[in-house]
Amino acid sequence: MPEDAKSANALKGGSSLLGHFAGDLAPVLYRPRKARVANRKLTLAAFVVAVAALAAVVVAGVAVTDAATATDFSIKNLAPSLQHPFGTDWMGRDMLLRTLAGLSTSVLVGLLAAGVSSVIALIMGAVAALGGKKADAVVTWLIDLMMGVPHIVLLILISFALGKGFWGVTIGVAVTHWPSLARVVRAEILQCKQSAFVAAARKLGQGPASIAAKHMMPYVLPQFLVGLILLFPHAILHEAAVTFLGFGLPPEQPAIGVILSESMGYLSAGMWWLAVFPGLALIATVLLFDAAGSNLRKLIDPHSSQE
Amino acid sequence: MGNFILRNIAKFVLLMIAVSMVTFVLVSISPVDPVQANVGQTAYINMSEAKRAQLAEYWGVNTPLWERYANWFGDLLHGDLGTSLRFNAPVADVIATRAVNSLALMATAWVVSGVLGFALGVLAGANRGRIVDRVVKGYCFLLASVPTFWLGLVFLIVFSVWLGWFPFGFSVPIGVSAADVTLADALHHLALPALTLSVVGVANIALHTREKTIDVLESDYVRFARARGLSTWGALRHHGLRNLALPALTLQFASISEIFGGSVLVEQVFSYPGLGQAAVTAGLGGDVALLAGIALFSAAFVFGGNLIANMLYGVVDPRIRKGEAHA
Repeated sequence: MPEDAKSANALKGGSSLLGHFAGDLAPVLYRPRKARVANRKLTLAAFVVAVAALAAVVVAGVAVTDAATATDFSIKNLAPSLQHPFGTDWMGRDMLLRTLAGLSTSVLVGLLAAGVSSVIALIMGAVAALGGKKADAVVTWLIDLMMGVPHIVLLILISFALGKGFWGVTIGVAVTHWPSLARVVRAEILQCKQSAFVAAARKLGQGPASIAAKHMMPYVLPQFLVGLILLFPHAILHEAAVTFLGFGLPPEQPAIGVILSESMGYLSAGMWWLAVFPGLALIATVLLFDAAGSNLRKLIDPHSSQE
Repeated sequence: MGNFILRNIAKFVLLMIAVSMVTFVLVSISPVDPVQANVGQTAYINMSEAKRAQLAEYWGVNTPLWERYANWFGDLLHGDLGTSLRFNAPVADVIATRAVNSLALMATAWVVSGVLGFALGVLAGANRGRIVDRVVKGYCFLLASVPTFWLGLVFLIVFSVWLGWFPFGFSVPIGVSAADVTLADALHHLALPALTLSVVGVANIALHTREKTIDVLESDYVRFARARGLSTWGALRHHGLRNLALPALTLQFASISEIFGGSVLVEQVFSYPGLGQAAVTAGLGGDVALLAGIALFSAAFVFGGNLIANMLYGVVDPRIRKGEAHA
């Protein structure tokens, strides 16, 4: 069993950090019975809670966007207190509201970019797996090319080419994040293609379209969904990084990257809360996405469901 | 062996051509007007229409893209990367001076994160399931979600603002002439950025080494060693380490791309005058030649790391080497 799981992980490329966690197989048979009871329900509950928390962040963020930009110079530069848990900035804006608004922007940009990226990954993976040797070589080479330049440099280039701003960062993240998921899709489709049930379906006279819809989709979809959700954290972190560098969202838009890059000018004045809390909130958001993704993986991926 | 070298040279050339094309197209389709970017906003407004047209001709606004690319690539082959607008110097010179700073930073972080990650990985793997293992795993898991630049900011707040142990950015003291800067000064300024980059780089290598350590501890040869009476640590030291070190080293070479990306962010946070900061300045200031030059340099750098990793794979696993010979 461990051998099977390991080879499956190797096939997926294991390029993401999370591959390590999936490959970490505890000896299931030795686990006391108590720990296994209701494991599935717990996992499902954790997944639902994570998704609900993320939705709450987005809704709250959108709702407070106007309040987040309201300035009040009578309360500027306040340290965290009960009225303003995250403190206020040099224009008297409440940092908690700004952070919430920024998070919702980050999550929405991340969703859009990761969604587009996953579609590219699906197409590329399918082309590589089904298009024959030449198509496979081309896609592999494209992946090598994408991996050949550091992500951040590529993001700066793409953002620069598109004149920065919202579209620059969204398209940049979408175009740079597909390779790892494309590898997963390719490996899954290749595995599926060689399986007995596909061969049987073909012998029974089913056409390629019906095989793809009836047999390949259900096989690839779970992995694809998990991969998609695990793309979000990367997408959000890279969006924040590019915005922080000044190539992403414009300064007037509430975004974590903007907040953090503006805070740089006030750090030497000792205003630590400008940087610390928004960053922690971003980490919490990323961890929520990770939790949602890995719990979903446990629910629908047979290799890791036994963990 | 000769075959291997030839193939990699071909791969390198192909990659560089592709990267140069992609880079050039990307920086060329940018809506930034080269004339306006080069002469500046005020000068542009005060300029006569004829002068603008003359400058547009000079910067090749009306020349077709492929022709400009051919010119640029031809110069590139002669070692001429153009002139940087922001730094008012040949791009090659800017990259050379900046690369020294960046390489010092990246090399320090590379070594520290490698050694630290390896040690943590072995420790966690040997104590699998215990508290140490959980702490290391939790730490790595958390780090994967921490933005590099935010960690740099927090380190700045704690170590520079509160504790005052380290200077607040830059690579040398302010107001000191270049000749008077001592090595100790430079190291003092390097410490905090390098620490940030190292702490972030630990996660990957530690988790990888942890898995390998668990594999090694479950292997027959360690079981035999234990049966002969060696302790777990003894077995690891005599039989495990050499099996663990090479894969870890390979992975560390393959992760050069991530360290480069991280250094861009860290340099920006600490105002450290390296390649990454130059790339950001170039991108924000419309310095097309420098941006393209740095992108090419980074691609070559990453290729070097991956090439070494590939060669080490052959050393680690003879099956891959034999596969190379057949192909």
